Amino acid sequence: MSELVSLPPKARLLERDIGKIPVLETHHLGIEFGGLKAVEEFELIMGRTEIDGLIGPNGAGKTTVFNLLTKVYQPTHGTILLNGKDTTGMDTADINRAGIARTFQNIRLFGNQSVEDNVKIGLHNQMRSGLFSDIFRLPSFWKEEKKAHETAMELLSIFDMQHLADHEAGSLPYGAQRRLEIVRALATSPSLLLLDEPAAGMNPSETAELMENIRKIRDTFQIAILLIEHDMNLVMGICEGIVVLNYGKIIAKGTPAEIQANPVVIEAYLGKKKEGE
Amino acid sequence: MQKLLKKISPQTRSDFITYGIVIAAFVIIQLLGAAGLLTSSFSGLLVPICAYVVMAVSLNLTVGILGELSLGHAGFMSIGAFSGVVAAATMEATVASPLLRMIFAMIIGGVIAGGAGFVIGIPVLRLRGDYLAIVTLAFGEIIKNIINCIYIGYDAAGLHFAMAGLGDVQSAEALGLQGGKVIINGPVGAVGVQKLSTFPIGFALVMLTLIVVLNIKRSRTGRAIMAVRDNRIAAESVGISITRYKMTAFIISAALAGMAGVLFAMNYTSLIAGKFNIDTSILVLVFVVLGGMGNIRGSIIATVILYMLPEMLRGFDNLRMLIYAIVLIIVMLFTNSDGAKQFREKMKMKLEAKKKTKETGKGGEAA
Repeated sequence: MSELVSLPPKARLLERDIGKIPVLETHHLGIEFGGLKAVEEFELIMGRTEIDGLIGPNGAGKTTVFNLLTKVYQPTHGTILLNGKDTTGMDTADINRAGIARTFQNIRLFGNQSVEDNVKIGLHNQMRSGLFSDIFRLPSFWKEEKKAHETAMELLSIFDMQHLADHEAGSLPYGAQRRLEIVRALATSPSLLLLDEPAAGMNPSETAELMENIRKIRDTFQIAILLIEHDMNLVMGICEGIVVLNYGKIIAKGTPAEIQANPVVIEAYLGKKKEGE
Repeated sequence: MQKLLKKISPQTRSDFITYGIVIAAFVIIQLLGAAGLLTSSFSGLLVPICAYVVMAVSLNLTVGILGELSLGHAGFMSIGAFSGVVAAATMEATVASPLLRMIFAMIIGGVIAGGAGFVIGIPVLRLRGDYLAIVTLAFGEIIKNIINCIYIGYDAAGLHFAMAGLGDVQSAEALGLQGGKVIINGPVGAVGVQKLSTFPIGFALVMLTLIVVLNIKRSRTGRAIMAVRDNRIAAESVGISITRYKMTAFIISAALAGMAGVLFAMNYTSLIAGKFNIDTSILVLVFVVLGGMGNIRGSIIATVILYMLPEMLRGFDNLRMLIYAIVLIIVMLFTNSDGAKQFREKMKMKLEAKKKTKETGKGGEAA
């Protein structure tokens, strides 16, 4: 990880992204549920093509951070800057249009619809046909549908899923559903992709393949990726920066090597195992 | 030809079958009518059936495709019906062609009902599930009661409007008409309605409704609406505005119901607001549920059968409603019980297997 340079505590940008506006910047981000501070003082700056990991024990508030970033929950404290733009007042749909796409820990596909339609729903805001041309099947409708079909197939090909296009999304095996969710998120043409436990339920060879694909996605689309994951091989293998969360607070930040050597993390996260050895 | 059929997606094929069934039914009935084989009681049912088919298909857009239970659909039918009646009455002198007058009346009825859908949709669509159902029910009743209070008349000076409860309004006299005539007479309802509805117009409206609803279903807009139905959070996460697409579906549904109302109203010489009460809303909902949520062809078939059934059972007199209820239960069991579903799956698989053996057989011959 020699490409990392030392920056002030808040910032940890990859060298290749310095000089560009960070894709994501949060300051003092937090949320309280009736006095309970689920997340507080969450500070993160992500470069445009960074792959970062968000780890921590169960209940540490990782998914809550995702829900804050995508405005599923409105933050009670702090600000989120997306591509340098303040996101105050935006709702979930606005956030997606502004550039964040996500997947869910408990898969949320449109199960009754075909795989292709799931991707086309992701392409919703890339398509330009209106209600009138939809109803009366004007030429613009056919043009947009054709374009959407081609784009959908292209996106599905990332995971070699073109042959599944006509299948019902809910009938796919678990791993394929996770991959389809990533494809659907990519269809919205994001600048930051949030993956919530992408490797959950996958076997080691599937996980290895997923790692390759996450890198491939970053390289092809030139986007930033923030992922929550419990599989340490995956996290340490592909993340360039890692944030460790415990009880809603950041307890450590750094490169995988730094995190693995950090005594606070070891105590909070890997603690007991280390003691036993 | 076969190649072409294979190229079309199964969904499009299914849509064309639906259009085909409706067109075929229309042609057969027209031929029978020309041959003088239709009884007058049956011919009298044709226009109301068309109106209820439009109602069921449009309600299916809200209930099946958008996934929100609405119990006030008759309210939009009512708004369409009465505004259509008023529009037709005012155009009597200026627009000579009855067909053109009917078309204008339908457009006006549809637009006003759609506008009402928008206004009612603002508070209603903030709610979900049971709450939404209850509030739509309330709005349906409110519409009925408001129309019961309205007096509208037309004379050389133009439209006159009065409403019971506003000032001293007791009867149509409050309109102060000079000559002219009363169109809507408060609780007495619309009187002296022109009978402009015909079966071909009803058929045309059914076709328009089918085109609108089926084409929406298979488009960007429809995918967004169904995404909102299937998973709200996921839909939002891909940038779909929930309010916008709920509203779109609700307004289109209301506008189509309004047009159905015009068609229905123009089939009778008089009409009271009480006709469009909760019973009518529930009746249409029954058509939708029995035909299958989101299944447009099912809605059409269920409407035709269930609307005609009580009429055809008139001979049984006392047992009429009992038989009707039993049929409802049987249909419900057949379409929704697990046993029946498994049976149908089995039959489907058998049919497909047969088809395959046939195809391979053909292939052998060719070789």
